[in-house]
Amino acid sequence: MTEQDGQEELEAQLEQWRQYVLRRKELQPLDVDELEDHLRGSVDELIAAGLSPDEAFLVAVKRMGSLDELSREFAREHSERLWKQLVLTADTGGAVADRRSRRDLWAMVICAAGAVVSVKVPALFGLSLQDDSSFYARNFTLFALPWLAAFLAWRRKARRPVIAILVALFALGAVAANVYPLSDTSQSVVVTSIHLPIALWLVVGLAYVAEDWRSSRRRMDFIRFTGEWFIYLVLMALGGGVLAAFLFNTFKAIGIVPQEFVSHWLLPCGAAAAAVVAGWLVEAKQSVVENIAPVLTRLFTPLFTAALLAFLVAVVWTSHGIDVEREALILFDLLLVVVLGLLLYSLSARDPLAPPGLFDKLQLALVVSALAIDVLVLLAIAGRITDEYGSTPNRAAALGENVILLVNLAWSAWLLLTFIRRRKPFAALERWQTGYLPVYAVWAWIVVLAFPPLFNYV
Amino acid sequence: MKVAKDLVAASATPMVLGILAEGESYGYAILRRINELSGGELDWTEGLLYPLLHRLERLGYVEATWQSVTGERKRKYYRVTDRGLAELAEQRRQWDTVVDALKEIWHDRAPLTVNPLEGLA
Repeated sequence: MTEQDGQEELEAQLEQWRQYVLRRKELQPLDVDELEDHLRGSVDELIAAGLSPDEAFLVAVKRMGSLDELSREFAREHSERLWKQLVLTADTGGAVADRRSRRDLWAMVICAAGAVVSVKVPALFGLSLQDDSSFYARNFTLFALPWLAAFLAWRRKARRPVIAILVALFALGAVAANVYPLSDTSQSVVVTSIHLPIALWLVVGLAYVAEDWRSSRRRMDFIRFTGEWFIYLVLMALGGGVLAAFLFNTFKAIGIVPQEFVSHWLLPCGAAAAAVVAGWLVEAKQSVVENIAPVLTRLFTPLFTAALLAFLVAVVWTSHGIDVEREALILFDLLLVVVLGLLLYSLSARDPLAPPGLFDKLQLALVVSALAIDVLVLLAIAGRITDEYGSTPNRAAALGENVILLVNLAWSAWLLLTFIRRRKPFAALERWQTGYLPVYAVWAWIVVLAFPPLFNYV
Repeated sequence: MKVAKDLVAASATPMVLGILAEGESYGYAILRRINELSGGELDWTEGLLYPLLHRLERLGYVEATWQSVTGERKRKYYRVTDRGLAELAEQRRQWDTVVDALKEIWHDRAPLTVNPLEGLA
């Protein structure tokens, strides 16, 4: 072996060692640089003492001692590293990653500022939050979500066709929210205010998956994104509530009542900005924190299953039919949404190759009991939708949702069963859920665009 | 004979600060110097040295700079600061007290009139 070869081999070994050490989360790249220099110093000395490069490498590594012990000592000094840090301050990922996260930060700030400005622009045209609340109710998501979509599209470097589609869809949303002659008290205003956010959220989804919109994996990523985004939004809303309460009460104590500022500026602007910031947080922390939504699902799936089963038993035991109040359908729609959410978020965190286990059976029980309850509700309702109030946009929308969710959950239950009986791979269930996403979008757009004319703008 | 781990740990800070007071240095050289000074009796590991250096850096006793040596290789050099020197002086005073007291006992020279550990409080 020539000296050249030995040197090259040594470099390769050092690189291997480096990669191995870098896997320890207690040790960051700069620490590894320092340790590598140490190792090289040790190797050089051993070579000078007459060892061949690979012998020297072995001895030097051996002298450095166990990596476990080394990282334990580092962890003791740098305990903060075991807590995943927000990318804002951590500059350890190297210059490129650092620049990238800084650019993201700026893009987020610009988009959040855009959302805030959008909320206040209508005020310039004399539309106040107080007097034109129905305008704001219909349009609120149109102020915030396009900016979130813009941020995501920018981050994905979306190409022109995708951007054109996004712009067109948001424009369509604006048209649907504003051109129909609806009175402020009409049911359709409420229906639109509920369904437009859903339609627009799926447009955000398009910005999220960008060119990969056919890919099931990317759609699943968007489902994960949705869960995390929602959790961040709720956390920020809690913080914002505390801020608003303090602001209000401290100023009140000195005789200034900041009612106008809090309700017309802080809350609407804060909410619009929070939508963008939450998106940025999910993107920035994506690889950094464990996802919380799947953890919550694990926690609540057994509890919900128990609650639903208890309800079913009570219905059978008392032979008391479900008393279908006016809002019952919406309540049970929400129940199906929750069950679907529990199903989706445990799917999203599951290793697709793992064999069926107890948790999958639990989920099947959850879905089946939800379906059973829903069938009971539908039977109770069946007669009433035609006779008593006739069909209204509210009822038609709620019934449509119920059918869509029922179909989804029924087929999911079937797929879960075949999976548990090892007839089909788990991926079939995942593909079914991600493939179903456009159905929600289509339905939400139908409600938003076609319902007002269909029901004569009631 | 190897020096006990607790004693190594206790003497680590003044040892490193003292070596850095001689002039700027880096990890491997500091370890070599300790080895040389103790005739190989002090069992220092990398797991002791580097976290300690990082702690001293955080406390402001030393300053670190990355310098490049031959090719792409870079090395982190440490230099003692004024605060580090003050800390070294303080630790040295404490160590002197301990060492003096031990000498008094072991060499059995003069009878003890005062409690020499008082200086430590």
